[in-house]
Amino acid sequence: MHDISHAHAAHHAPTSFIGKYVFSLDHKVIGKQYYGLAFIAVLFGMFLSWLMRLHLGWTNLPIPGLHLLSANGAPGNVMTPEYYLQLMTMHGTIMVFFVLTTAPFAAFGNYFLPIQVGAEDMPFPRFNMMSFWITFAGFIVLVASFFTGDGPTLGGWTQYAPLSAVGTVGGPGEGLGVVLWAASIALFCIGQLLGSLNFITTTLDMRTRGMSLWRLPLSVWAWFITSIMGLTAFAVLMPACILLILDHLAGTSFFVPSNLVINDQLQPHAGGSTLLWQHLFWFFGHPEVYIAIVPGFGIVSHVLIPNMRRPLLSHRVMIYSMVALAILSYMVYGHHMFVSGMNPVSSIAFSFPTLIITIPATIIVLIWLGSLYGSRLRINSASLFALGFISMFISGGVSGFFLAQPSLDIMLHATYFVVGHFHMVMAVAAMFGIFAGTYFWFPKMFGRMMNDTLGKVHFWLTFVGTYAIFMPFHYLGLAGNIRRYQAFAPDYMQPFIPVHKAITVAALLTGAAQLIFVYNLIHSRFWGKPAPLNPWEATSLEWSTPSSPPPFDNFGGKLPVVYHDPYQYGIEGSSGDYVMQTSPEQIHTKSDEA
Amino acid sequence: MATTVQPPTVKEIEKRSVPETGSGNGGWRPQGGDQRLLQEYAPPPASTGIWVGLAAISMTFAALTSALIVRKGGAVDWQHFTLPSILYLNTVVLLASSVTLELGRRRIAAYMGGLRTTVQHPARWLYITFSLGLLFVAGQYIAWRQLSAQGLYLATNPSSSFFYVFTAGHALHVLGGLGGLGRAVRKLNHLDLRRSTLDATARYWHFMGALWVYLLVLLWMKL
Repeated sequence: MHDISHAHAAHHAPTSFIGKYVFSLDHKVIGKQYYGLAFIAVLFGMFLSWLMRLHLGWTNLPIPGLHLLSANGAPGNVMTPEYYLQLMTMHGTIMVFFVLTTAPFAAFGNYFLPIQVGAEDMPFPRFNMMSFWITFAGFIVLVASFFTGDGPTLGGWTQYAPLSAVGTVGGPGEGLGVVLWAASIALFCIGQLLGSLNFITTTLDMRTRGMSLWRLPLSVWAWFITSIMGLTAFAVLMPACILLILDHLAGTSFFVPSNLVINDQLQPHAGGSTLLWQHLFWFFGHPEVYIAIVPGFGIVSHVLIPNMRRPLLSHRVMIYSMVALAILSYMVYGHHMFVSGMNPVSSIAFSFPTLIITIPATIIVLIWLGSLYGSRLRINSASLFALGFISMFISGGVSGFFLAQPSLDIMLHATYFVVGHFHMVMAVAAMFGIFAGTYFWFPKMFGRMMNDTLGKVHFWLTFVGTYAIFMPFHYLGLAGNIRRYQAFAPDYMQPFIPVHKAITVAALLTGAAQLIFVYNLIHSRFWGKPAPLNPWEATSLEWSTPSSPPPFDNFGGKLPVVYHDPYQYGIEGSSGDYVMQTSPEQIHTKSDEA
Repeated sequence: MATTVQPPTVKEIEKRSVPETGSGNGGWRPQGGDQRLLQEYAPPPASTGIWVGLAAISMTFAALTSALIVRKGGAVDWQHFTLPSILYLNTVVLLASSVTLELGRRRIAAYMGGLRTTVQHPARWLYITFSLGLLFVAGQYIAWRQLSAQGLYLATNPSSSFFYVFTAGHALHVLGGLGGLGRAVRKLNHLDLRRSTLDATARYWHFMGALWVYLLVLLWMKL
């Protein structure tokens, strides 16, 4: 037998408070730090959305205290149109980067990927620590833009040129606000590149004895595929942000075209390409939305399987589909640019793979549905949110079929149809994945169970609430409600106002329902029922650690040995209804006879 | 589990002179009598990690390359200029540093493999590489000064903008490589240098040389 009790990446257990909880090298602490960052970010991002929704429902309503957030943006506590756009920009940026990329990928991935492959830690712990603190610095820089000059940028999370590149003449926040936005995102990209480096190297090189690639849980595959996407996507956005900063601070003209007149002033830049920004941004942007959702695929699969007490219809097809999705994601980015003025022939070139990409996505959904059919699913908070993810992904994904076709997208682009699509398929579905992962892994992370009754109440209120918020968006879009408008033109848009009022009420109630989750999270952390080591009777390596939470080196000094595939449930002839990966019990399946 | 806290013994150093197996040994070839246990050789993490890092750097410069092509394609204000001739000398310096690094790498491998009495000053070639790297960066700075003496600054023209962006971006990465070299020298002096670390550092440095050749050709063709 090989001596497997050593590891390349092992580092000493810290003893100081700073070493244990602040600048920690332990992947588990870093994972929790990322979760905490995402938690703060989502509360702040949700708060911004409430302000937006109140303004949309009741345009001239003074919101008490708003002038404290911005004296210029909200005179008399009524937000100006520009301030609405500033809030919208920050809402989108915070949610996409600091919640949807951070929580399912960086938080859960950092915590559980090393454990699930059987490693003591990531191979580059210092890079891992740096990745969190650089990401955190990015968040601080972004939020700082609220308190500088004339506030944050108002150009949307996509920051299209030339508006984003012309400087203060473009409006409030378009000077320093843009620079801070770009600097924040550049820092975020660097942080995530360091994280991806660790994820990829851990998956390829740090697997314990017996853990072949095919024996990896689906969550690990999802994080691995996501980290490869992140590596290539963030490495493109970062130079784009640097070029944008240079246009602002150094007088270059990468993105600002010639002969641009704003407020009767001819802009000094010349010759830049506004489409260049869009190409660079969306080459990152489309893989980014898959970075936001693919970890959710892994989490949902990983949560559903032990609750179904049987594996998916096909483990390998699920992996192949996720890989296909990732590869195709680089070929479809132009579907965000159908009406940008690029060559219409390009639209066909991007539309075709966009329709093709629905195939692996559909296969993934059908595998879930086919596996669920006939299973006796254990209903708990985690499995409910996993089911909710599937529902949201289907509902939100179907509208993508329409948007994939340029002839339809001409009508639907920049309407609430698009807003409904991406909120359902990305925001809500990914959030459901985060909730599923939280309820599922909380016992392992903290050694306590979350309150399942509260979890179920949280699920139903959120499920109904998010449908009530985002389903009407599709109808508003079909009726012609343009997005990013802070008020409604006094003609065909007036009938939309009652719908927006109803949506706002749903949004506020759904937001309030999240307090149940917040209470459950905090209360259970300290006073929850002590959790057994393997409360879900699951098979993967995180459930074989000697304690919950796992010890510093994850496995108490002796790395596990893996004998089986990750999801051995209901195996005929086995001693129980599940066989853990570390169990030396002989069972007879096709894959064990490799 | 442990990272070494005491200076390693000669025996431990000698063990490290052969390729290491990964700590994992997860794999796909049956081992011994237990057919369910699978074994494979896993490369050291530093080896995989450096390839991952180089992939990210490649994507960054690929993005800038496409930006250059697009920006030039639609430009009415593109102004061609002659590259400062010192760039060619800098290229020779950087490629020479790759040669000296390879010489140093083999020397150190012999030293760490136990040939202490015959290999003197194992870090010598690393110091030479470091110096050549510094010389390269200084030469790039001189190139920028020469351009600015001609009135070509960052914002003068899109062609000069891209010149500065590419060369400054590359120089920053070279400085990072110098940091890696410095770390390798420090570890060598403490007899704590893993072969995989040195190999990864060398791979990065050679990539900087190859990247610079690519950038020089690109700038020569397009600017």
